[in-house]
Amino acid sequence: MAVLVIATHDNASLKEATSKVVSAAAKIGGDVDVLVAGENAGAAAAAAAKIAGVRKVLHADGGTLGKQLAEPMEALIAPLAAGYDAILFAADTSGKNIAPRVAAKLDVMQVSGVIDVLGPKTFVRTIYAGNAVLTVESSDPKIVATVQPTAFKAAGEGGSAAVESIAAPGAGKATFVGEEIAKSDRPELAGAKRVVSGGRALGSAEEFQKVIEPLADLLGAAVGASRAAVDAGYAPNDYQVGQTGKVVAPELYVAVGISGAIQHLAGMKDSKVIVAINKDEDAPIFQVADYGLVADYKAAVPELEGELKKVLG
Amino acid sequence: MKVLVPVKRVLDYNLKVKVKADQTGVDLTNLKMSMNPFCEIAVEEAIRHKEGQPNVAGSHYKAGTVTEIVAVSIGPDQAQETIRTALAMGADRGILVKVDHEVEPLAVAKILKAVVDAEQPQVVILGKQAIDDDSNQTGQMLAALLGWPQGTFASKVEFAGSKVNVTREVDGGLQTVALDLPAIITTDLRLNEPRYASLPNIMKAKKKPIDVKTPGDFGVNVAPRLKVVKVTEPPKRQGGVKVKTVQELVDKLKNEAGVL
Ligand SMILES: Cc1cc2nc3c(=O)[nH]c(=O)nc-3n(C[C@H](O)[C@H](O)[C@H](O)COP(=O)(O)OP(=O)(O)OC[C@H]3O[C@@H](n4cnc5c(N)ncnc54)[C@H](O)[C@@H]3O)c2cc1C
Repeated sequence: MAVLVIATHDNASLKEATSKVVSAAAKIGGDVDVLVAGENAGAAAAAAAKIAGVRKVLHADGGTLGKQLAEPMEALIAPLAAGYDAILFAADTSGKNIAPRVAAKLDVMQVSGVIDVLGPKTFVRTIYAGNAVLTVESSDPKIVATVQPTAFKAAGEGGSAAVESIAAPGAGKATFVGEEIAKSDRPELAGAKRVVSGGRALGSAEEFQKVIEPLADLLGAAVGASRAAVDAGYAPNDYQVGQTGKVVAPELYVAVGISGAIQHLAGMKDSKVIVAINKDEDAPIFQVADYGLVADYKAAVPELEGELKKVLG
Repeated sequence: MKVLVPVKRVLDYNLKVKVKADQTGVDLTNLKMSMNPFCEIAVEEAIRHKEGQPNVAGSHYKAGTVTEIVAVSIGPDQAQETIRTALAMGADRGILVKVDHEVEPLAVAKILKAVVDAEQPQVVILGKQAIDDDSNQTGQMLAALLGWPQGTFASKVEFAGSKVNVTREVDGGLQTVALDLPAIITTDLRLNEPRYASLPNIMKAKKKPIDVKTPGDFGVNVAPRLKVVKVTEPPKRQGGVKVKTVQELVDKLKNEAGVL
């Protein structure tokens, strides 16, 4: 048995999601290799080699891989599949973009968003916005899956795997034009230990920045949002937490002015501690909140900041 | 150009699903079914590139970019209603590929590939995910089977000659890619706000043609590859407490939950 994990990275650094997918791979069993495909991604490859339990790192480097577009990634990964029983991706926007292309090329039915591995071919995932939990057994000769990183503990460090260079593919029929990637000193939403999210109640982008961001900064938290807040332009699209946005599972999730629609809950209900601030005492968010405060956020959030400053020192 | 828009019939997004007691699946009996919201966005996008937006100054939607919209659904007889909804919104004709059990994304992609081979569209616009199985696979799989480029999770689609520029919602923000046509596009939530079909258009849609086919017509084997072992309820979160004051909240977070 051998499993190939497709690394999540931005060329300069490896993302923690990779170590979490390695843990899922270890549960499948057999040797675990990691593919780092990028442009000038030597540092990410070196970091992958240090993950405990990794046998070998495959490093493909070239101009066609800088943005990890799906077409060259498929061209790179599909031929590698011959040497593996399973190929695992993180269930982030990159993995979701690429994995099904590889699966279809291999005539394999992909398993999306794996939250547990019960055997080499048996996986647990959720459907209907997390309202049902599905266990499936694959009859395909190979497994192609995306793994929900929040559901697995990161593999430790201490490995010293060999890094093997492999050739980068040629260009496909898609080209990178540009990007708007926000730079922020805050932790990344997907892996953050604390998250503060704002909802429609905030009413404007200015208010969102004035209320949610200072509270997040005080807690050292990432900032999230409901779909309603994103649709209305109060927060950027990559803040959306939920069924069709990001799935987070921090130690502390603070929901401010969010009602708690099932689509939102799907993205945060595995948080360890949930705090909800909402002026409607019947808001569904209170059914999942460990600590609910029925209050107007306009008064409650500044007060909360004051109290936090006392205890956080 | 001709655009193909696959549409899926799913449990209405407002309803909460019930897991069957025997753990074989979910119970959809007598529940309202609707078009998957991401598919509605796909239909709307195709229509806007056909009609343009004469009332919106500087709109990137140009009338006549799209000349024909074919809505396809793979599902039971009732999926005809989903196709009728697409026709009432503004699609021109429909194709129903009739299957009475659930079809996995890989088989759906194979059927769609056969439909593409027959219809020769320049673009297929699909929803990025169906809100029932939450797979997020079909568009990408279809792209691979056809050897076409893909622009997934689109928040803006601009046609430019032999290419289409697609702005994508990605983890860090937005990314724009240029795709050679023919191409696959999958929709994200911010691409547009789908219209409601007007009553006259619902009446007109009744006269638009729907072709009925079977997977066998396309030589596609739809036998599932994933065996359902069981379907269960998610673990219930213990209902928490309501705190009366901000002070009490901070005290509990620090001394009871230990997260500060
Ligand atoms: C296909 C599809 C996919 C979706 N995907 C997602 C997703 O991934 N993530 C997501 O979040 N949603 C998603 N949604 C949307 C979801 O159904 C809800 O519409 C959305 O989550 C609501 O956002 P909200 O809670 O901010 O707004 P609302 O539901 O309007 O809630 C606002 C809340 O703020 C409270 N409030 C108002 N004023 C104050 C105040 N002054 N102080 C305190 N509280 C106040 C109100 O009591 C209310 O509870 C999806 C929907 C569809 C159809």
